[in-house]
Amino acid sequence: MPATWPCPGPADELAVVFDRARPVRLLIVPPLFEEMNRTRRFLVETQRQLDTLGIDSMLPDLPGCNESPQPFAAQSLGSWRDAMAAAARHFGATHVLAVRGGALVFPTSLPGWVLEPAKGASILRQLLRARVLTAREAGREENSADLLEQGRNHGLELAGYQLSAALVAGLDAAVPQDEGQVVLRQAALGGSALWLRSEPGEDAAQSANLARIIALDEGG
Amino acid sequence: MTNTTDTALRSLLSDVLSLAPARAAALTADSGLFGALPELDSMAVAGLLTEIEDRFDIVIDDDEVDGDMLGTYGDLLSYITRKLGQA
Repeated sequence: MPATWPCPGPADELAVVFDRARPVRLLIVPPLFEEMNRTRRFLVETQRQLDTLGIDSMLPDLPGCNESPQPFAAQSLGSWRDAMAAAARHFGATHVLAVRGGALVFPTSLPGWVLEPAKGASILRQLLRARVLTAREAGREENSADLLEQGRNHGLELAGYQLSAALVAGLDAAVPQDEGQVVLRQAALGGSALWLRSEPGEDAAQSANLARIIALDEGG
Repeated sequence: MTNTTDTALRSLLSDVLSLAPARAAALTADSGLFGALPELDSMAVAGLLTEIEDRFDIVIDDDEVDGDMLGTYGDLLSYITRKLGQA
């Protein structure tokens, strides 16, 4: 079910919520960039499975991403951290699940899980590399080091996203923020990682496994 | 060593390109990759390279990425085998 929540910035943001006012309320912080699109169906299916296991969940949009009315170019890791903290407060989250790059911006004071946390520098490196390869195909030479320098000072367009200088610098330095949350690996879900696939997919079995791990952990 | 690398690389290609396991298993040294597989656009290549670095614990320079490295399955396998030999 779609719901809105008050986010710092000009307008409310959207979230997919399964909310029956139950005691365990899980905030899901999605991956960044293309991995968010690739995992969306997987995460919403996980929410459905959690719902059947008696757990409420909320999957908010990061400002500037998905259906958000805010411009992507105005975002930074800081704005995403503030937004996820605001979402956690608004929905009264008791636990958090951060996925991949979501581990860079989730509210660390909540107990919970991080799924295959990604380093900011790895995410940035992949985006820079895609741009260098695209330029090369078009007969232009660019290199990652120069682009990174330009991005840190002036911002940069990478893979169709306009990254602010703050976002480039933030990603370059950021490491997963987990402090005592349980780190989950892909092997625990079975199957191959959905965020790797060039086309978005879904895998009900992986969603069911993830939901079961969360429900068991939380009960224990 | 090479057999392990071969198996790991097939599995990685299957994960990144959503190839059915049978299709990944059927790749031969001459099977075309970049330019031959429509799934392999520059974003997918970038993802593939990052995943290769992670799983094989090697570092790939942008300069090394070209048709000689990614043209066929055999090219990519021998590139990774060579990098692992240097490590």
